[in-house]
Amino acid sequence: MTTQPNPRRTSTYPILETARQQVLANGEGLNESQLLEILELPDEAIPEALQLAHEVRLEHCGEDVEVEGIISIKTGGCPEDCHFCSQSGLFDSPVRGVWLDIPELVKAAKETAATGATEFCIVAAVRGPDIKLMNQIKFAIDRIKQEVDINIACSLGMLTQRQVDQLAEWGVHRYNHNLETARSYFPEVVTTHSYEERLETCNMVKAAGMELCCGALIGMGETTAQRAELASQLAALEPHEVPLNFLNPRPGTPLENQGIMDGKDALRAIAAFRLAMPRTVLRYAGGRELTLGDLGTREGLMGGINAVIVGNYLTTLGRPADADLNLLVELNMPIKELQKSL
Amino acid sequence: MNTSANGTDTATNTATGTVSFCGLCGEPAAQDAQVVQGDTVTESERPTSDAHQSCQQRLAMEPPRYCVTCRRRMKVQVTPLGWTAECSRHERLTS
Ligand code: SF4
Ligand SMILES: [Zn+2]
Ligand SMILES: [Zn+2]
Repeated sequence: MTTQPNPRRTSTYPILETARQQVLANGEGLNESQLLEILELPDEAIPEALQLAHEVRLEHCGEDVEVEGIISIKTGGCPEDCHFCSQSGLFDSPVRGVWLDIPELVKAAKETAATGATEFCIVAAVRGPDIKLMNQIKFAIDRIKQEVDINIACSLGMLTQRQVDQLAEWGVHRYNHNLETARSYFPEVVTTHSYEERLETCNMVKAAGMELCCGALIGMGETTAQRAELASQLAALEPHEVPLNFLNPRPGTPLENQGIMDGKDALRAIAAFRLAMPRTVLRYAGGRELTLGDLGTREGLMGGINAVIVGNYLTTLGRPADADLNLLVELNMPIKELQKSL
Repeated sequence: MNTSANGTDTATNTATGTVSFCGLCGEPAAQDAQVVQGDTVTESERPTSDAHQSCQQRLAMEPPRYCVTCRRRMKVQVTPLGWTAECSRHERLTS
């Protein structure tokens, strides 16, 4: 993992030549039409695109990898209709509604910190938090802060200004609210709230001084052009972190028969997202096990990814934590330490 | 009672009852499973063994959702390093 940036290297693919100068040397992300060119590169060009994305990540983010654990405090029964989500109460999904109690949450935070993770994200399947959930979150944050040395992030849906201010005051350092897909495709995937409502929460989070974590879910039937559109819309938001999810089609959801995204397209997307956002934390999130497998996981980490979710997701299981942590050791990629992430 | 994740095996008995249903898809596990909460299972509802093989593979990547004894949906909690699945009438599975 000691590749040095080389802005003078030449490529047979003009867009990679351009990206080497524009992104690697000048630190300026690719625009939407340039991103589309990356996403349409032939298979033979993928290794070169990933290599360049890796050099960009090293140059603009450094060699550290940020490790995070995520946990659901309230699972299932969500009133929204995001067509990919097994936690929507509107679909015939086998996921039952359940709350996690605070001692279990604190125990999970301790276990997560023991892996070397610096981030612990508490997630709730809601449109937005009510008073009961906000009280639970405050209590959980207080207990975790007393007992565990880890940054606390939250993902509680759409927020009011007052809720944004409360979370910032309670010490939530990062808030997750995904765009999920391109603006032009969003109405195909969600009908119970709008893209603009999502943007509103994202902007309030940033204005309150919390770090914004704003992710993507690709492989939902969007076109390649819409994938470029999404990367470009995310870049415009300038989030601190982008978690990149690949659709894992869930039984009972409208997207259950969508099929699993092609691994090569997933690798193209990783390179493109890094070339769109040279300085952003780009995290491997859900679905990579299915879409990319072990080999692809490694290629992505050597192709622009600089953060992982360790262990399990909210309703599905991830790779064993040891497998990812050992892979980071093997790739000679140090885990970001807590003081560097504050 | 705690059991390991392989308590979801569709082909064996547990300490608390016969494994009648697949923990992943909730369909009857074996040819002799005739009754599901009072409803008679027809031949067409019975999944092929191939279908359950893929369920078994998927159980490496997701926790079981259905009780293998009574087919009730279980309360499942996933944490970064483990999971629990609990039927209100039967056993609690952990991993
Ligand atoms: S708002 Fe979140 S939990 Fe609710 S359906 Fe959409 S993705 Fe799922
Ligand atoms: Zn099955
Ligand atoms: Zn049961």
